[in-house]
Formats: sequence, C-alpha cells, structure tokens
Amino acid sequence: MTVHNLYLFDRNGVCLHYSEWHRKKQAGIPKEEYKLMYGMLFSIRSFVSKMSPLDMKDGFLAFQTSRYKLHYYETPTGIKVVMNTDLGVGPIRDVLHHIYSALYVELVVKNPLCPLGQTVQSELFRSRLDSYVRSLPFFSARAG
Amino acid sequence: MSRQANRGTESKKMSSELFTLTYGALVTQLCKDYENDEDVNKQLDKMGFNIGVRLIEDFLARSNVGRCHDFRETADVIAKVAFKMYLGITPSITNWSPAGDEFSLILENNPLVDFVELPDNHSSLIYSNLLCGVLRGALEMMAVEAKFVQDTLKGDGVTEIRMRFIRRIEDNLPAGEE
Repeated sequence: MTVHNLYLFDRNGVCLHYSEWHRKKQAGIPKEEYKLMYGMLFSIRSFVSKMSPLDMKDGFLAFQTSRYKLHYYETPTGIKVVMNTDLGVGPIRDVLHHIYSALYVELVVKNPLCPLGQTVQSELFRSRLDSYVRSLPFFSARAG
Repeated sequence: MSRQANRGTESKKMSSELFTLTYGALVTQLCKDYENDEDVNKQLDKMGFNIGVRLIEDFLARSNVGRCHDFRETADVIAKVAFKMYLGITPSITNWSPAGDEFSLILENNPLVDFVELPDNHSSLIYSNLLCGVLRGALEMMAVEAKFVQDTLKGDGVTEIRMRFIRRIEDNLPAGEE
C-alpha cells in the first residue's frame, strides 16, 4: 500500500503544491499536468453534482482505475487536496482534511509572510507534509 | 521561520485586555498616519479584508462547517459559530429584507471597544470597521457588503452591522482552459 503523489490547488486553479513519493511514469510537463488535473477535477465535480439522483452531501470523493485510486477533498473556499494512492487504500477524507487544517492552514494561511494564491514556498510546509505522509499507516517505503 | 510543534486545533486563550489594547493602538496609529477619518476607515476595512481571507480557512479547518446552501444559513453560521469562536460573543440576527438578501447583526457588547470613547474630533471614525473588512474577506466566495448602522461608541444602544448579499462568485477554470 502506498501513496503516489499529492496535489494542492486553490480555487483559481493555481497549483499550490505538488509532492511525489512513488511514481514510475511521468505524464509530461508538470505545468501542463497541473492544468490537466485541475480541469478534470472541475469537470468531474460539476458532472457529479448534475447527475446526482439525490441531494449531494459531500460530492465527488474518489475515482479508481485498475492501477491507482485518486482521492479528492475540497473546502468551501475552493482549496482542493488530491492524493493518488494504490488500490489497497480505503476512504481517507480525514487524512486529506488533516493536510488542509493542520498543515496548509497552520503553516501557510496563518503565516503572514506566505502569500496566498501562488505556489507555496515554505520549506517547513514541504517537510512537515512529507513527514506526515510518510507516517501514514498506508504508506510503505517500497511501492506495494 | 521556525514554529513550535502543532498544538492542535483547540483555541488558545489570550487576555482580552491585550486584544482590546492592541486594537486600540492600531487605530490610534492609523489616525496619526492618515489625516482624515475616511482614510482610516478605508485602511481598517482593507486590513480586515486581508485578515478575513485567511481567517475563513482557519474557521473551516476548526469548525467542520460545510458549504452553506443559502444566505440565511450563512447568517446563522456567522453569528452562532464564527463570532462565538473568535470573539466569544453571539450577535443576534434581525431585520431580514423581504428578498432575503440583507440582514443585521446586533452586537450587545463589542469586545473591540471595551474602555474606548471616541473623542470629538473623530466623529466620523468607524472604530470597529476592521470587523466589516473581516466579514467581507471571509465571505470572499460571494461578494457581500458590510457596514455599521449603529455604534455604541456614537451613543447608540447597540452596535449593528448590516450585511447585504451582492452575488455569488463561482470557481473558474484558469484562463485559457475553456
């Protein structure tokens, strides 16, 4: 079981942060990839809410393929946390919420020297996020 | 910049006098820097706005409130959850407009103005205007207007902030993505 990578977007589609841990195949230029990811999420969200047969509660949560699972978490302010893991991982909304509240909000939003709306430069954020993800029970150092 | 290990998401207590005095020092300094009250009011609103856009993230991280479905729900969350969490007071919500797009927040007591009296030469100063800016910034996902219509510092019995909903701002695709 493992985590492949993580994206953090704001409501304007700016990629605030990207980290990867195990990724064997690259998609292309990172900048293009972020736009592609954001565009896809935007479309899926609106598709999911239009097609929902009942009132939506949480909206789009995750999708999976035969090789990986993409988990999604969004706040009312439009901050989107996207984590790709392998298939053995169940719902991790609380993990994504923790990344938002204990890492992004604590270390970036609350730091007046960190400007919002652009890629996060804070080394503290990057390293805390990295330690947190590595400490997750479903993260193993070798791709499982 | 180093920070202590994360202390969790419970609120940290602080002396309210320190808070009131700090706010007072801020307003006093602004009055010295800018010559007229109108400019000070604008600066307070701007500073409040910058606080608000960050405060909303902290609020969402701590309170687990989801998206509000309408303006009435927004009003309830502001008064019962947010004001309680940050200022320790619960304003009441009154005077809904017939269209449901305007309401008033009535604050019986305003922690920012403890010990404060407005001097005569600052009669058009909106002392607590920072609050209006914070409300506008926190509700950045929709355009709202917030202004004081009554102020205990000016002799009114209560402090009243009027909030008006202008429009919702939807998430957009980044430019060139259509």
